Amino acid sequence: MIRAENLIKSFGEHEVLKGITTEFYKGKTNLIIGRSGAGKTVLLKLLVGLFTPTSGKVWYDDTDFFALSKKEKRNIRMKVGMLFQASALFDSMTVEENVRFPLDMFTNMTSKEKLTRVNDVLHRVSLDEANHRYPSEISGGMQKRVGIARAIVLDPEYLFCDEPNSGLDPKTSIVIDELIRNITVENNITTIINTHDMNSVMEIGDNIILLNQGNIAWHGDNSQVLGSENEFLQNFIFASPFLQRLRNSALKKS
Amino acid sequence: MILNFFHNFGRYLTMLWTAFSKPEKFSMYYKETLRQMNDIGVGSLTIVGLIAIFIGAVTAVQFSYQLDGTLVPRYYIGYIVRDSTIIELAPTITCLVLAGKVGSNIAAEIGGMRQKEHIDAMEIMGVNTAAYLIMPKIVAAVIVIPMLVAIAAFVSVIGGYAAAVIPQLMSEAEYIQGVRSFFQPFNVTMMFVKAIVFAFILTSVPSFQGYYVKGGSIELGQASTNAVVYSDILILLADYVLALLLTQ
Repeated sequence: MIRAENLIKSFGEHEVLKGITTEFYKGKTNLIIGRSGAGKTVLLKLLVGLFTPTSGKVWYDDTDFFALSKKEKRNIRMKVGMLFQASALFDSMTVEENVRFPLDMFTNMTSKEKLTRVNDVLHRVSLDEANHRYPSEISGGMQKRVGIARAIVLDPEYLFCDEPNSGLDPKTSIVIDELIRNITVENNITTIINTHDMNSVMEIGDNIILLNQGNIAWHGDNSQVLGSENEFLQNFIFASPFLQRLRNSALKKS
Repeated sequence: MILNFFHNFGRYLTMLWTAFSKPEKFSMYYKETLRQMNDIGVGSLTIVGLIAIFIGAVTAVQFSYQLDGTLVPRYYIGYIVRDSTIIELAPTITCLVLAGKVGSNIAAEIGGMRQKEHIDAMEIMGVNTAAYLIMPKIVAAVIVIPMLVAIAAFVSVIGGYAAAVIPQLMSEAEYIQGVRSFFQPFNVTMMFVKAIVFAFILTSVPSFQGYYVKGGSIELGQASTNAVVYSDILILLADYVLALLLTQ
């Protein structure tokens, strides 16, 4: 579990996060949603330790992350996997080398053991034939899957995903969502996803936080979205007239 | 402006302190250092060789012109070519050129990694990115650039020979006599000291520019340009300081 405690983050005079207190649960897909500029990416980067908060705390289970020394933080980070919006795969390395990089850096496994582990995780993300291809030679969806493979190769306890569906077609987005959800449940990890994708909200939103201007505007799960009276949530999730009609018809039926 | 200078100088020192901390896994750093030695050393051999030939050739031709009609013996041209290249031209010109070639490449590579979130990805894995991305480059440069400078000095003397002897500005025997006259081994030490200091500058300054780059492609271009300009200025400044220190 990860817990944010009264997180405030300012850049100069501009206060981006205004005291976020919330919890992200183990074995669940925790979603951070909100309009552009709401502070989603800043919150994610604070949780993962890429930004330092102006005030407030981030707890990894019982550990206050920002109270740790650099070395202790690195130990925590070895339990963290992250999928970046643009995948952040190393261009000069093949798919296999990208996925193997954390193993090379942090384990004393033999080459054979590493290859077995790499093949296992590539198989897990349905990329059995891509070992020797470079990131530039594969599609955006495949790059995301390689990113996921690299993020889970060390068996992380915490998985962060920054806009995992951005730039993907709806079908591929569903595949990526299902993959993340399955990995979260099977490995019992704490997964935090920063997303704009409304399909993700409805399909895999076990725990959803809606941010607005640096505050939590709504908190719940995907089963509560449709019936919620929160106007900001409804305007955000069902933004287009088509989606509003769809919601109204669903509510009438229920 | 002064505050900005001290702010950046502080960040530069912090970066170096972090870069030279204990590696997570020695074998990874060793491999990366070897790769950088190949890129910086072997990758720069042709340009360094070409420049060195012309440094020697131009020095020989210019001094031949300067000494023409004077009472200074002709064989002095060989001596001047040898010492000027060893003491000054080989380390300084080679490293100024390498600041352009290697320095801009380092700033663009590290800056590109920063912009594409590769550095963030490594940080989250727990990698000490300053150490993994910067230390191997500095170590590799400090090892191979003195070798390149030594090669440049040797090739310069050959370039001087070709430029002086083939067009018969002087005889082969005169040139060789000059090259063998008044040799002081300390000059070679001075060349290597300069090469090591310049190698450190031309890798650490571009690394700093790339590591802290913000923004998009325009800022990356600026970082790359700044890397070369600041490296060149610092190399010339260090050249002056070393000349004062080593010749007193």
